[in-house]
Amino acid sequence: MGYVIRRIVLLAVTLVLVSLITFFVFQIMPGNPARIMLGTEASESEVLHLEKQLGLDEPLLIQYKDWVKGILTADFGQSIKYSQPVSDLIISRLPVTLSLALMSIIMVVVVAIPLGVFMAQRQNKLSDLVFSSVTQLGMAIPPFWFGMLLIMYLGMVFSFFSVSGYVPWSESVQGALGSLLLPAITIALPQIAVKFRYVRNSILEQIGQDYVRTAESRGLGDRLIMFKHVLKNAMIPVLTIFGIILAEVVAGTVIVEQVFGLPGLGSLLVSSINYRDFPLVQGIVIYITLAVVIVNFIIDLLYTLIDPRIRLN
Amino acid sequence: MKNIKKLGKNFNFIIGGGIISVFLIMMIVSFFYTPYDPNGMDVANKLQSPNKGNWLGTDDFGRDIFSRVMSGTKTAFLVGIIAVSIGMVFGTIIGGIAGYSGGWADEILMRIMDSLMAFPGIILALMLVAVFGPGLVNTSIAIGLMTIPGIARIARSGFIQNKEFEYVLSAKLIGAKPLKIMFRHILPNVSSPLIVAASIGFATAMLAESGLSYLGLGVQPPDPSWGRMLKNSQTYMASAPWFTYAPGIAITLMILGFYMLGNAIRDIKDPKSNYE
Repeated sequence: MGYVIRRIVLLAVTLVLVSLITFFVFQIMPGNPARIMLGTEASESEVLHLEKQLGLDEPLLIQYKDWVKGILTADFGQSIKYSQPVSDLIISRLPVTLSLALMSIIMVVVVAIPLGVFMAQRQNKLSDLVFSSVTQLGMAIPPFWFGMLLIMYLGMVFSFFSVSGYVPWSESVQGALGSLLLPAITIALPQIAVKFRYVRNSILEQIGQDYVRTAESRGLGDRLIMFKHVLKNAMIPVLTIFGIILAEVVAGTVIVEQVFGLPGLGSLLVSSINYRDFPLVQGIVIYITLAVVIVNFIIDLLYTLIDPRIRLN
Repeated sequence: MKNIKKLGKNFNFIIGGGIISVFLIMMIVSFFYTPYDPNGMDVANKLQSPNKGNWLGTDDFGRDIFSRVMSGTKTAFLVGIIAVSIGMVFGTIIGGIAGYSGGWADEILMRIMDSLMAFPGIILALMLVAVFGPGLVNTSIAIGLMTIPGIARIARSGFIQNKEFEYVLSAKLIGAKPLKIMFRHILPNVSSPLIVAASIGFATAMLAESGLSYLGLGVQPPDPSWGRMLKNSQTYMASAPWFTYAPGIAITLMILGFYMLGNAIRDIKDPKSNYE
């Protein structure tokens, strides 16, 4: 129980600090934010009006308190550019990003784990060299460029993929898949490149353990040892690493949505920065970050169910 | 000496070091000479495929792609150097203080680092760019801030391990001040994971810069940037694929080089480490 309480306290501290950073970064902005948002042609009274609307004339601590209070009631403020609540904008863009992130995560799990298991059984000097090169290359290709290459080589050849724009699931499942598959592959590639090696290394570490030799001496087949004994133990360190995937995949959507012209949260964030729509930037950043932190927290707690040893450390 | 011999036989070191050396030479040459003015427009010659005059073809404004790729090395290295220096200096100081002093200072510093790390990937940098505006320097600083927490963690764990060793105790006994112990005695002993982190840091910084520049929020013209070149090439992918290959391959190779270099140093210095 002590472990869970410590985790909850840590979560609370992180959430408070994240909110402080996100709030105060926008306070140290050089110049008057209302003036920057409205541009140089705006009159003094317009600037004053926007300041009042955003509550910029209040003391900082009151502003922060109101902002946090808003977030707790799912009110992330008002977008200047769209004159809509930030939360409405986020909700309207969420399905795209969520589908994209989920598809990439599924791809990573479905490809990286079997690939890692397969590669662990074929270990020699040459294959090690090939794997480490593949991993490093997969990490080195900028995702947005890889996405562009996919568009060029697959998107323009197969009509199944739509290379720009998004087809909602409600309209056509095939269309949605066609518009999300290539971006999902783009996000998944660097993750697969790194994670399959984790899986492989974790299995190799287990294969050297005494219990494997015991199992062998009992005459168990390789296959049985791998799937019944080794894999169970090897998956524990792997699972903890898969928790990090979420944050990386979410960060990946920001750029990749732009490559494929998908109307998700990432492209909303980029356009909000271009429009200098600071409440929207702030809202999206805090929304994404809180979501990732909280989901990671839940995943962490689930690990303790799988592996009680974690609680003791 | 033994380590240097080992490096000479390490595959990652040879290839990675080779790639980075070629880019370094390219950068030095680009200060004095590029085949054409990297920003010199020649609209009559736009989107030419690779030919005798323009080895890698020309872009949508008729600028020579090879010259632009060459001068792009300056931007890439500059962003890398600024970002990695910020990350290393602040990361080492913060991690060092946290690890060496422990207690409350450790708790407070590391909680702040954790919360900086809670922002997924490029999002912290995007927020900083939103506030301070794009451009080469701002982008590099934003990326540098993004890399502080990771380096602080590495430094902290090194300092925690080392502060229990006898050489630290003897330094204390002869009356060395804490700052001197930290930076004169312990730092050299925790330097190898930090050097690895710096090399990998170059790779991640360049990756982040190219991403931000692709979004139009990184390096701004006239500073040449491979990421921005790629953004411009996207419209012409079908008709002028060479426009996208040159900067794309340049970025990939540069980042690959730093990853390989970092991994090579890790393999030599710390052969037991299993995970990357």
